[in-house]
Parts: sequence; structure tokens; C-alpha cells
Amino acid sequence: MTDLDPDLARDGPELTGEELHRRLTLAWRRPAGLYGWLSSTDHKEIGKRYIVTAFGFLLLAGVLGLVMRAQLARPESGLISADRYNQIFTMHGTTMMFLFAVPVMEAVAIYVIPLMLGTRNTAFTRLNAFSYWMYLFGGIMLWVAFALNVGPDAGWFAYTPLSGPEFSPGKRVDIWAQMITFTEVSGLAAAVVMATTILKQRAPGMTLAKMPLFAWSMLVVALMIIFALPAVALDSGMLISDRLVGTHFFNPYERGDALLWQHLFWFFGHPEVYIIFLPATGFISEMVATFSRRPVFAYPAVVMSLIATGLLAFGLWVHHMFATGLPRLGYAFYTAASMTVAIPTGIQIFCWIATIWLGRPVYRVPMLWVLGFIITFVIGGLTGVMLASVPLDLQLHDTYFVVAHFHYVLIGGAVFPLLGATTYWFSKFTGRLMSEAWGKVAFALVFCGFHLTFFPMHITGMLGMPRRVYTYPAGMGWDTLNLISSIGAVILAAGFATFVVNALVSMRHGRVAGANPWSAPGLEWATTSPPPVYNFPHIPAVASRTPLWDEGEDLPVMTGLRVDEREHLTTTVIEAIPSVREPSPHPSLWPLMSAIAIGVTFVASIFTPWALVVGLVPSAIALLIWFWPKNSTVPPEPTIE
Amino acid sequence: MMTPPPRFSGDLAHLPTHAFGHRSLTWWGIIGFMVIEGTFFALTIAAYFYLMSQEQSWPPPPFLPPNLIAGTLFTLLMLVSEIPNTMIKKAAEAGELRKVRVLLLIMTAIGLALLVIRGFEFNSLNIKWYDNAYGSIIWALLVLHTTHILTDWGDTAVLAMLMHTRHGIEARRFIDVSENALYWRFVWLVWLPIYFLIYWLTRLA
Amino acid sequence: MKRLALLVALLAPLFALTGCHGQQAVLGGGGRDEALFGGLWQVFLIVTIVFYLVVLAGLTWAVLRRREGGEPVVRTTFYVWVGVISLTLIGLSIASWLVDRTMNRAPYTGLTVEITGHQWWWDVRYISPGHPDQTLRTSNELHLPVGVPVQVILKSADVIHSFWIPNLSGKQDLIPGRNNDIVVTPTKVGIYRSQCAEYCGLQHAHMAFDVTVEPLSTFQQWWGDGLLPARVPATPEQKAGYAYVTTRECATCHNITGTPATGQVAPDLTHFASRATIGAGTFPMNRGHLYAWLADPQQAKPGNKMPVIGLEPDQLHAVAAYLESLK
Repeated sequence: MTDLDPDLARDGPELTGEELHRRLTLAWRRPAGLYGWLSSTDHKEIGKRYIVTAFGFLLLAGVLGLVMRAQLARPESGLISADRYNQIFTMHGTTMMFLFAVPVMEAVAIYVIPLMLGTRNTAFTRLNAFSYWMYLFGGIMLWVAFALNVGPDAGWFAYTPLSGPEFSPGKRVDIWAQMITFTEVSGLAAAVVMATTILKQRAPGMTLAKMPLFAWSMLVVALMIIFALPAVALDSGMLISDRLVGTHFFNPYERGDALLWQHLFWFFGHPEVYIIFLPATGFISEMVATFSRRPVFAYPAVVMSLIATGLLAFGLWVHHMFATGLPRLGYAFYTAASMTVAIPTGIQIFCWIATIWLGRPVYRVPMLWVLGFIITFVIGGLTGVMLASVPLDLQLHDTYFVVAHFHYVLIGGAVFPLLGATTYWFSKFTGRLMSEAWGKVAFALVFCGFHLTFFPMHITGMLGMPRRVYTYPAGMGWDTLNLISSIGAVILAAGFATFVVNALVSMRHGRVAGANPWSAPGLEWATTSPPPVYNFPHIPAVASRTPLWDEGEDLPVMTGLRVDEREHLTTTVIEAIPSVREPSPHPSLWPLMSAIAIGVTFVASIFTPWALVVGLVPSAIALLIWFWPKNSTVPPEPTIE
Repeated sequence: MMTPPPRFSGDLAHLPTHAFGHRSLTWWGIIGFMVIEGTFFALTIAAYFYLMSQEQSWPPPPFLPPNLIAGTLFTLLMLVSEIPNTMIKKAAEAGELRKVRVLLLIMTAIGLALLVIRGFEFNSLNIKWYDNAYGSIIWALLVLHTTHILTDWGDTAVLAMLMHTRHGIEARRFIDVSENALYWRFVWLVWLPIYFLIYWLTRLA
Repeated sequence: MKRLALLVALLAPLFALTGCHGQQAVLGGGGRDEALFGGLWQVFLIVTIVFYLVVLAGLTWAVLRRREGGEPVVRTTFYVWVGVISLTLIGLSIASWLVDRTMNRAPYTGLTVEITGHQWWWDVRYISPGHPDQTLRTSNELHLPVGVPVQVILKSADVIHSFWIPNLSGKQDLIPGRNNDIVVTPTKVGIYRSQCAEYCGLQHAHMAFDVTVEPLSTFQQWWGDGLLPARVPATPEQKAGYAYVTTRECATCHNITGTPATGQVAPDLTHFASRATIGAGTFPMNRGHLYAWLADPQQAKPGNKMPVIGLEPDQLHAVAAYLESLK
């Protein structure tokens, strides 16, 4: 073995404390100013951007929801025209599903996971940055189009032939389909980053069996994204192709099939909702453990449930198509599969309640969100069991009963945990705590507003009110229920506003948090709040699932990484044995430039297919410059065998 | 700042700074990309069978199956290309710069030839993408695969340039060459079922 | 504690569901399968409420518990829980499947209705097998004989729609390029409302129709009357209307049997005035709404396929008078 070069600075007993902090900061910080901000590869910065942008879309889409409720508060209301309403409900669903729900989960993961795993950054840091820019540009394109009255109006699910060239002329649906392309590229890039980081960059000793449950949920989700998103990308690609260059994938009069759209869409669409839900279960597991002051009960069962849910999710999609006239024996299989997926979810619910029962819980605001989640999500899960039954679904499909169901599972099952997790990790992001008192107010408003808005919809659906209607006749028995829902929406909005204001004010004036204000067990709490740019001065090692509870202040750390060059550690996949000292890329403007080149190509290709050919050139150039190796100012290390 | 001195429990300095295969992060990225693209192809193939299942004859009359010559020529050249491809992977892992440089130029030339043959394939499919759904799905399969040939050819050409610069000696560049060879395997492996679906199933069904 | 109170308050309406009914409601209607559906619904409702209460009870106990330890009990409960939910879900799947099978065993007695969905109206054809001259064409309404299973064949002329008479049965989509079908057996006389249940574009919200379930003899009378050609105009005003309708724009799209108006792309108007609504369930059939529709159909149902004709006042009166006479 070659002797180590003594001139290369490494962290260790000789280099620790203040001096180490100074030199690591020098190596890991990005340039100041706008250029630095645009070229950042710091996962914490990218994560914060992602979170803020996703919440921005949540608020935009939420306002659309309020507008819808204003229109539906009274029968035959003339407040919003049919055309405008159809754009609004399409934008509400599309924004919530593609621009908020999935990205926000990825966003929190991008920030938290490297810290939770004890590493300095994600894998593929520039790909991570690229993922954000593509997401941002796709969202901007969609909303600019909406502002210009060219927003999509065929529903977030854009069924053919309605969304095809004959029945949706103009560019509205093309905008929608191309937004899918942006978010698909973004999501897949983030999934590759996430899966690689979780598999290869865990702290030494953090075997798969000792990995935090949030990391497990993100690993399963990353794999689900890889298998599910191509389906909607292919679908939307075929749709753009039908609309722009005259293919006939969905045209029944030229040997195509309108149902092909639905199969591909729901093959993506069903896993999509679990892609949204499973990270939320990860949040719940982390918060339940911290606030019950014990690890989650039956960790192996929870992990198995995550994996089982991820797998089963791919076998359910036809339950969205029970009314399309497919063979009934097939339907019976999908009913059984749809019921089966309730079992792993039921297991997780049991484990969380058991953890609280066995532990010594404290009810800070994040824990309130956990309770709110259980109370609310389970209702949604149970109405889901109802909808899995074909005879029941054939009545309830496409009614407000389904609207109630999915808001219960999405808001109860994903947004409540998200708000809890935001409160929980807020101190890590900003160094300050959110106000407990205002947090409780926000929770109460959101909880009550939510149920008031969405519970009546179960009944409206059973009274026959279909979905996606811009108005309804008086005297059907729907008037009062709709009014109640609309009032509830105002309260719900007030709750969200309270939450956001609390966050904004607390960023400046909140109580200063230390490294671990909740006395939580995970590695992310072993560094300062907010963390230094290099995350950890020395790479921590772990020996249990709850390192800070077991090792306390005396967390074991590793030495030997270079401090004058960006270096992080990769470990083996299962046992997390240290493997390679992997260099981490420097800040670069080229992920942004590539996203601009590719983004412009995508937008232009809505208008002409030649844009793909022309746009290939600047895109290729930008990508080339991105990947071209940089001249390093520090001499490369001699190869060590 | 941590006031008690850290408890040092191990040292990482002796670890290498690069590795081949699954010990390199790049490998995981390439595998991830292959799985994504593989899923894309699998779903497109599923759509092909879905549309086919609704037809009595395939291609639907009066259309003829695609011409065999260009497609078969393409397939043969692709299979042959695995020989220099394997050589280049081995050479990269052994750090043999000269060999890598030469083989990269060969692979770039092969890639160009394949693209030309692919042009002939498009021209001899005996159907246009706008004729009917059968035409649309055949073209979709071929276009999807062509984008892979095109991007991998681009990668190979760039690597060929790169290995001729002073960056060529860096260990990480050899890893890039090795991963590129791995991806080329994926590109021709995924072609084989598509070749069958476009050129043979249309004659058997 | 206040959480529990809130919960009970929230759950209370659920029990009201078992009794709710309405013109377009899912429960309490008049279809042969109503009892089956209602029964299945109750089973699912009760089972899901029980499980919810169990989860809430567990959560409440966990929140209130002050002691520590108890892992073995929890472990045992875990296995019981998994077993119970698995068995319950299996049971619910089987129950659902059996009900579905039974619902689909309808005997077919020879009454066929063919419905073609359009953006945003319903084209209805009553078929009498072997008697093509007995085919009755109407639009935006359905008459059904009580107690007789009807096979409804579902086609679409444009996009996907969905046929749904909540009081009588579940829904089935109308998909272009496919022929779906559904068998409906009404068991109670009455008037029900149906609404398109798949988003089909701009005026999806206004694509409904009325369903009249009546005794077989009344139904046959209605069919026979429907086969008669349109009433001959009597008053001068009706005659003027007739002249306009059969020679100007209306005839391009609409059909009135027994007159020169033979357009096929719009709702059949032969017995227009005997329907309950105008514009596919959009407005009740009365003079005021008829005038409004004729004067400006785009104001009434924006985006629908009937253009603004620009009738002069006297033309408006005449056309309205004629249409009102088409009983």
C-alpha cells in the first residue's frame, strides 16, 4: 500500500474544531451573490428552494380551490363561466398533483435525507440542481399559460378523446402534456439522486436494518417513481404526438383505442398516490418516535409494509376504470388487490398507535398533526375500501363521494404529516422554532375547516352530485351541503394562512433552537441548526437505529476525509462499510443552463416538432459543458490501491 | 460547536478515491437510467401488444410488414459492435489509454454507420406514423430506440474527444468509458425484442 | 376529549345516509338491484365504522395511558389485528364479488334501447328486434316499463360520456369505438333524473335527462304515440313556425318526423313538447325557458352546438308556438 501523502490535509485529531470548520467551509461553500445562488449544488439550498416553490404552488392551487367553492356555494351560480371553471378545476388538480404533492415530498427528502444519513451532500449534486430548475420551469410554463387563458381544461387526467386533437383544439392540452414532460424529467432525476444517496452514502454502521424509517420510505418511493413516471411520460408523449404530428394512438377510427390512455395514465396514477403517501408515513414514523420517546414499534413490520405497499400499488390501477366495460373477472382481481393494499397500511397505523401507547408521549405541535393524520386519513382509507368494491364504485365513481375520499387521504394522509414535518424540521432548516401557540391555532383551523369542507361531500355524492361540474341545479338536495363545504373551505384557508404566517414570522423572531430541540434520536439532530455548509465536521458512525439516544453527546466519528477538496464517503449497500472517498462536484451554472436549453426546446416543440431537432444543439452543448471535467486547482490525489 | 472532543472510532484515509462497477456512484446513475428507459420500452411494448390484441391481422390490411433488409443489417452490425465494446470496457478497467482511444474512435464510426442504416429503416417500414395506430406504434418503438442510439453515439463521440485531451489520464474518465460501454450493452439488448416486434411478429401474426 | 366529541358529531351524519334519498340519489331508488346495493352498502358502512371506532379507541387509550411497558400484549394484539383486518377484507371482497355476480345475471327479455352520447345531449333509439319500422327515436329522455329488464346499448359520437341513473343502477361509460351495454330493471314507478358522469367538456354539467318509469301498458302507449309523425300545425302562428323550422336553419340539424326537417346531428324534435326539460336537463320545459333558448342558446348553455340563429321577434313567437305544439 502506498503511503499517504502527508501534505494532503485530512480531518482527524490534528485537524478538528474551529480550524476544521474554517477549512471545510472554504472547501464546501459556494460563491456569494446571484451567480453563486444560481450555481449552488448544496442540497440544503436546493431543498429549501424546492420546499418554498412547492408551498407556493400549494397556495396557488389552494386559491383555485377556494374559487371553485365560491362558485359551488350556490346552485346555478353565475360567478365563474363554464370555460373558466373547467380550466380552474384542471389547474387545481394538475398543480396539486404534479407541482405540489410529489415535489414537496422530494423537497423535504433532499434537505433532510443527507443529514439523516450522516453524509455531506446528496449523490449527483448537479443533477439535483437540474431537477429543481426543470420543475420550476414546468410550473411557470403552466401558470403563465393559465394567466393567458391558455390553461388546460380537460381535467388533471386529460382523458382521450376529449383531450385529443379533435375535441381540444388549440394549445391548452399541449401545455398540460408538456408540463408533464418537465415534471417527469425532474421527478426521475430526483429519484435517481435519492435512491443512490440512500443506497450508497449512509454513515458507516448504518446498515439497511438500522436506517431511519423516513429513509426507507424515500427509498421505496424513489424506486416507485422510476417505474411509474415513465408511464405518464409515454402517455403524454403519445398525446402530444396525436395532437401535433397526426399519430393515432388514441383514435378509435384509425385502429387506436381511447382506453389505452386510461391504462397508461392509471398505471402511473395509482402508484402516484402512494408516491405521495409513503413519504408522509415516513414523516409520521420519525415524529411518532421522537415525541413518544421510543423507537417505532416493530420496525421490521413497518419496513415490510412500505415495501409491500410500493409493490402492490402497481397492481391496482384498473379500479379507476370499473365503469369502462372491461371483463368482470379482471375487475374481481383488482377489487381483491385494492383491498389487500389496506393491510400494510393497517399495519403501519397499528405500529404508530402502539408506539404512542408504549411510550411517554409529549404533545408538541408536530404530534397534534400526527393525531390529526390518524383521525382523518383512516376515514379516507376506509372510503377507499368501499370504492374498491365494484357494485359500490359503479354508483359512487365520478361523484363527490370520490372527491371526499381522495381529499381525506391526500390532505389527511399527506398534507397533515407534511405540516407536522415542516414544524418538526423547521428548526433544522432555519435555526428557530415555530410558535407553539400559533401552531395549535393553525392546526385547529385546518382540522375543523377540512372536515367541514369535505365530510359533507360524502353525502352530496350519495345524493347524486357528479364531479367536475361548474354548476348544479337547485332543488336536488345539494344546496345546503355545498354551502357548508364552501364555508369550511374558508376556515381551511384561514388555517393554512395562519401556518404560513407563523413560518414566515418565526424565521425572524422564533425562539432560537439548538442542535436538537426535540431531543430526537436521528443524525440530522447531531449537527447545528441550521447545519454548516458541509453538514458534519467529521463523518459520524452509528451502531443503532437511534444513535443520539444511545450515544448521546459522544457520537463516534470517522477521520481521514480531505478538507481542501470536496469529498464525501460512499459505503456498501447493505452493511454500510466504508467504500470509496467520492469527490463531490463543485457549484456549476450548467445545470441551470441545460434546464433553460431543454426547457425552451420543450416549450417550442408544442408549436412545431422541428423544435426538437433545432433545440438539440444548444441542449447538447449545455450538457457537454456540464459534464466536461473541470481543471482542478488542487492536484489530484495519487491513485491508492 | 461540539465542546467535548470528538470520539474518533475509525479512519477513512486509506480508501480509494474511485472504483469501477457498483462501487462507483456513476454506475448507480447509469443503472438508474437503464431501469427508467427500460420501463419506457416495456410500456411501449405493452401498448404495442394492447393495440395488436384488437386487430385480426397485424399489420392491418392493406399494409405490408416492414422490409427486412435494413432492420436485419442494423441488428447484425449492432451485435458485431459488442466485440469492440467489450474490448473497450476491459481496456478502460485496465487503464490502457492508447487502446481506449482507438476503440472509442471505432465505436464512434460504428455509431454513425448505425444511424445511417436506421435512416434506411425508417424509409422502408411500409407505413407512416399517421396512417393508423399500428403505424404510430411501430414508429414510436423505432423513434424511441433511435434517440438512444443518437444520445449514446453523442456520448461516445464526446468521450473519444475527451480521452484525447489531458483529462484522458484521470482515473474517473476511465470509469466514464466503462459505464458508457455498459450503457451500449443496454442499447443493443433492448433492440433485440423491438427488432422482433417490428420485423418478425408482423410476419407471423 | 374534545377531539372525541368532535368525532361523534362528525360521525352522526353518517347514520343519516342510510335513509337519504332524492331524485338522483344512490340509495332508496327504484331499481331491481337497489336492495342488493343498499345491503352491500350497509355491510361496508357498518364494518368500516366499526374499524374506525376501534382505531379511535386505540388511539385514545394510547394518548391517555400513563403507564409504561406492555410489549408482549402489544405483540399479540398486533397479530390479532393483522388477522382480523385480513379476514375482514377477504370477506368484503367476497361479498362484493357475489353481489356483482348477482347483479350481472339479468335475464334479457327483448327490450333494447340504444343511446348515443354527444357533446352535450343524448340520442335515444328504442329497438324492436325484427321490426325496424317500430324503431322510435327521441332525445334527452327515457321512458321505461316497470319490472322489465332493458338492455341499454351505449355508444358515443365524440368523447367519453357516462350513463348513470343513480336511482336505478350503477353507471357505465359511453366510449367511442366501443359498444358497452348495461341492463337496467326499474321496479318502482316514478320520475328519476340521470346525469352524465364522465367529464366530457364544456357543458358536462348540463348533460342530463329525465327517466319516466311507468306501467307496461302506459309505456307501450307512449311508444306507439312516439311513432306517429309530428302534429300538423293548426293555428296561423304554428303554421308560420312550421314554415320557418322546416325551411330555414333548424332543418339542417334537427329531425321532425313527417316534415321536411330531417337533420340527424341534433336532438330529435318530433315530440319535443312532451319532454320535461329543454337542453338535456338544463331547463324545465315551459314557455319562458323555451323563448330564452330559442333567442340565445349560447346564453342559456354556453358552448353548446346550437348556434345563435338571430330570430326576429315574430319569428321567435312562431317557432316557439310550433315547437310547443309538438306533443
